[in-house]
Amino acid sequence: MNHEPALELDCRDLRCPLPVIELGKHIEQVALGEVIGVIAADPAAHYDIPAWCRMRDHEFLGEAAASDGTPRYLVRRLV
Amino acid sequence: MYLDTASSEPLHPAAREAMLAALDQGYADPRRLHHEARAARLILDNAREAVAEALGVRRSEVSFTSSGTDAVHRGLLGLVNRAQGRDVVVHSAVEHSAVLHAVAWGADSEEVGVSPEGRVDLEDLLARAAGPGVGAIALQSANHEVGTLQPVGEFESPNQVPLFVDACASMGRLPLPTGWSTAAGSAHKWGGPAGVGVLLVRDGARWRNPFPADDRVDHRGSGFENIPAALGAAAALQAVVAGREERNARQHHLIDLLRAGVATIPDAEVVGDPVGRLPHLATFSFLYVPGEALVDALARRGFSVASGSACTASTLEPSHVLAAMGALTHGNMRVSLTRDATEDDVMGLLAALPEVVSEIRQDLGL
Repeated sequence: MNHEPALELDCRDLRCPLPVIELGKHIEQVALGEVIGVIAADPAAHYDIPAWCRMRDHEFLGEAAASDGTPRYLVRRLV
Repeated sequence: MYLDTASSEPLHPAAREAMLAALDQGYADPRRLHHEARAARLILDNAREAVAEALGVRRSEVSFTSSGTDAVHRGLLGLVNRAQGRDVVVHSAVEHSAVLHAVAWGADSEEVGVSPEGRVDLEDLLARAAGPGVGAIALQSANHEVGTLQPVGEFESPNQVPLFVDACASMGRLPLPTGWSTAAGSAHKWGGPAGVGVLLVRDGARWRNPFPADDRVDHRGSGFENIPAALGAAAALQAVVAGREERNARQHHLIDLLRAGVATIPDAEVVGDPVGRLPHLATFSFLYVPGEALVDALARRGFSVASGSACTASTLEPSHVLAAMGALTHGNMRVSLTRDATEDDVMGLLAALPEVVSEIRQDLGL
């Protein structure tokens, strides 16, 4: 399955809970089944993005480092 | 309205009374043989006896320490034995930081995950405890942040591995569970003074003092005994235990009301076990709400609550308890009731919360 994000949000400089808020604001800009990426340095994003996916019924695909080493979280829009 | 008794309960009147009396009588060195020393020693012995009785343990099993944290450190690390190759501590991921810091300092950690309600995976705990080199299992009686009770007393350790129970969150409020070799409590969490911990070491337990010895009355602790505070702790514990049936039922009901009310707020998560929990405590997370803004807004309306969100912590790391449960870590608040909390108090908070949450969300453009 393709995990390449259709949209990527740069939330490197945002503190919790702003990366999750950005994700919530932009999820509908990708089509159903497409992936959105969130790059966030804030440590809370590591827990809150999977929790957001659970609450909003989207699929959390995992976490990998962006080119500069900042964590990048991948979410598949399901609803 | 003070809603943070899980951090520290206001001093119980019984503690104040006992301490005031003991301040003038309990100053001397209880190890000496003169008149003043004997008076001090008597107070200390009485305090120990009262704590033993309130907890249903033997007097010989009770030691006073300089804090709950100190009792945790001693109780847990005294079971670890590096020389004999028993230096692994198997513990839940939601233990208090005092336990985690003790493990990091003097043992090897074997961490066990928890359910979404915060209850330890008992099967995994027992499997890991059966592994090589295990010195102790560390399991809390109840979680200090979300209130969920742990299955202490419901299992037998493999290979007779000793169990350390951090009972700080529940001591006095709930009966002490069984099955431990050592256990710890903290007086200011039941209405005693700060600076008094209770260390319990079962008679015959494989425990030894992990820290430098001190030639005091009780070889398990160190430092000159704070005798008036020990007596205050004991008096508060007796009073709290005596009244707990009525109080627990009342608090349990109030927390039920609070949980049900918060569940109707949009995008609110009610965290922790709804039934198998501490009577006086509830934790919530509100999506998209910064914890700091939540605590501040509630404080402006007169409600004093704690938060496990990263922005309220010095470390910028969110609560490891919420993280281990997979709960939302931002927008978090913990409510813990005083012993005399009423339904009006809870209703007042429930009236304020929806507005507070919605105002914060509006300010963020949501």
